[in-house]
Amino acid sequence: MADPLYPRDRNWNPAAHFPEYKSSILRSPQKPLVKAPPSPSEDHGPVFGHDMLGPLDNDLIRNFAAPGEMAIGPRMIVHGRVWDENARPVPGALIEVWQANAGGRYRHAKEGYLAPLDPNFSGCGRMITDDDGTYRFTTVQPGPYPWPNGPNSWRPAHIHFSVFGHSFAQRLITQMYFEGDPLIPLCPIVRAISDSAAIAQLTARLDMDATAPMDALAYRFDIILRGRGSTPFGNRMEGN
Amino acid sequence: MTTKRLKESPSQTAGPYVHIGCTPNFAGITGVYASDPGATMLTDSTEGERITVTGTVYDGEDAPLTDALIEIWQADAAGHFSTTNTGFTGWGRCPADQDTGAWRFETIRPGATGGGAAHITFWIVARGINVGLHTRMYFPDEPKLPSDPWLSLVEDTRRDTLITKQVADGHFQFNIHLQGPNETVFFDA
Repeated sequence: MADPLYPRDRNWNPAAHFPEYKSSILRSPQKPLVKAPPSPSEDHGPVFGHDMLGPLDNDLIRNFAAPGEMAIGPRMIVHGRVWDENARPVPGALIEVWQANAGGRYRHAKEGYLAPLDPNFSGCGRMITDDDGTYRFTTVQPGPYPWPNGPNSWRPAHIHFSVFGHSFAQRLITQMYFEGDPLIPLCPIVRAISDSAAIAQLTARLDMDATAPMDALAYRFDIILRGRGSTPFGNRMEGN
Repeated sequence: MTTKRLKESPSQTAGPYVHIGCTPNFAGITGVYASDPGATMLTDSTEGERITVTGTVYDGEDAPLTDALIEIWQADAAGHFSTTNTGFTGWGRCPADQDTGAWRFETIRPGATGGGAAHITFWIVARGINVGLHTRMYFPDEPKLPSDPWLSLVEDTRRDTLITKQVADGHFQFNIHLQGPNETVFFDA
C-alpha cells in the first residue's frame, strides 16, 4: 500500500455545523467523525479516460449553443493546475464545473430566480488534467445570485468545482470565487471557513498573461488535493 | 526528504444545483454529455453477483434530502480495485429523487479487501453539507464483520448504522441519517 494520505485539516475546512448558513443546521452530523486507518478502499479511486470527453466539454460558451450562437456574458478563460499537498502535479484528474449564467440564473428545475435563462448556456463543463496537472476551460463570468438564507443573502460570483484525484479519499467539491468581489466576506457559505488564508485559496486571480487579446479575460485557479506522507496511522496524535 | 507542504483546497457545499455539473442529463440538460457519469456501473460481461442497493438520506428532522448526490466506490467481486473485471469501474453516482429522496444503484457484491469485511464506500454531498461525508455500507451476513478494522473503531451501539438491511433477494436497503438517535457513523479517512 502507498503511504497514507495526510489527514484532512478539519479546522482549515469549513465547519459542518455553521448556523449562519441555515441549511447546515439540520444537515451536519452531531457526533464526531470516526478517525479511520488507511485501507485499500481509500488508497484507490476511479480512473477516467480522455475518451469520455467531447470536443466542447470544456467550452461553456459553445457546448449548449445553437449552431453559430454563443453564450452571453463577459468571456473568460479559467485555468490552473491541480497539485497535491507535496506540490506534485496531479495528472489525469477529472474536473467537473457548474455555474449560473451571466445574470446569476442556473439552468435547474428547482431554481426560479427572475433573471432569465440564456438559451445558449448550460452551465456545465468538464476536463481532465494534462501530464503536468494543468487544466483550462472557457466560459462566461457568472453573476451573483440571491438565495433564501437571510432576508437579503447574495452569493458572490462563483464556479463550483468537483475534482477526482487518484484516491477516493482525495475527492473534493469546492467553489471558486473572483478576486476583489465585495460579496465574498459577506457570504455565510464562505464564512463557514474560519481561516482567511483558506478563503484566499478559493479566490481566483486575474491573470492578464493568460488572456486572449480582444477575446477573453483570464483567471487562474490552482487546486490542491491531499498528498501522501509516511506517518503511520498509529503514531498520529489524537485529533491530528 | 523535505517537501514543500501546501494546504488542501478547502471544501465548500455542492449546493442545490450540483446536478448541473455532475448529472446534467438528470437535470434536463441534454446534448452536452452523452450520459451522466457513474449512471451505469455494469455491462453484460461484468463478473459477480448482481445486487441492488437503495436508500434515502435523512436530515435532523427525518426529512428526506431530495437534492443530495450519492457516490459509491467499491472493489469488484474478487476484492480488487482495478479494471480487470470487464466494464466494471467500481464507481457509481446517483442523484436523490427530487420528490422522494430515494436513490438506487445496480452493482455487484464486492469481495473483501485489506483483511477487513466486504463493504461499499459512500460519499454524500448536498446543500447544507460543507464537507462531503464519508461512510461505509457493510453486509449483514459477512463472517469478517467482528474483525473488521474500521468497525472495531465504532462504539457497539452505533455499528448497526453501517450494516445494510436485506429487503429481498439481492436487494439491500441502506438509509443514512445525518443527525439524531440513529445518526450514521461518518469517518475521517
